[in-house]
Amino acid sequence: MLFFSYFKELVGREVTVELKNDLAIKGTLHSVDQYLNIKLENTRVVDQDKYPHMLSVRNCFIRGSVVRYVQLPPEGVDVELLHDATRREARGG
Amino acid sequence: MSGGPGLESLVDQTISVITNDGRNIVGVLKGFDQATNIILDESHERVFSTKEGVQQLVLGLYIIRGDNISIVGELDEEIDSSVDWSEKRAHPLKPVIH
Repeated sequence: MLFFSYFKELVGREVTVELKNDLAIKGTLHSVDQYLNIKLENTRVVDQDKYPHMLSVRNCFIRGSVVRYVQLPPEGVDVELLHDATRREARGG
Repeated sequence: MSGGPGLESLVDQTISVITNDGRNIVGVLKGFDQATNIILDESHERVFSTKEGVQQLVLGLYIIRGDNISIVGELDEEIDSSVDWSEKRAHPLKPVIH
């Protein structure tokens, strides 16, 4: 539940999602759900010459199960807060 | 769930689906469920290769199991019609490795 809440705080930020098929998609985070499915707006594939497959896609839904990494803007991360939250989660409450 | 990244807004729109085995299927979204199983109408596959331009294979009515879906993209028809797919060459997308 922690990372679901965490991603909800990042809505509206520019993120890059790297998939398990090596495709990397940059876009504005529109929404997230409990499965960490992600919806991006204004999307661009990072290496568009190599991957023209999504040339005409500007909004997309990415299934949580295929996400390898989400690259976040540094200013969107409060490391201290995240430390505390993960510790609390690990303690089970 | 309200406000989540559901597919409601894409129903009856043309979408481009990328599957876990790297295929790209374009069609009209007719239905979906919690597990991202989807129903596509008037669908076709766009086959990418480096030897020739994009080939279109007619598939018709298709159901894709959610397990096998990577991306569901909203196809911008304006951009799409401005792209000459028969001139685009690229390697097929790699399959997803979990």
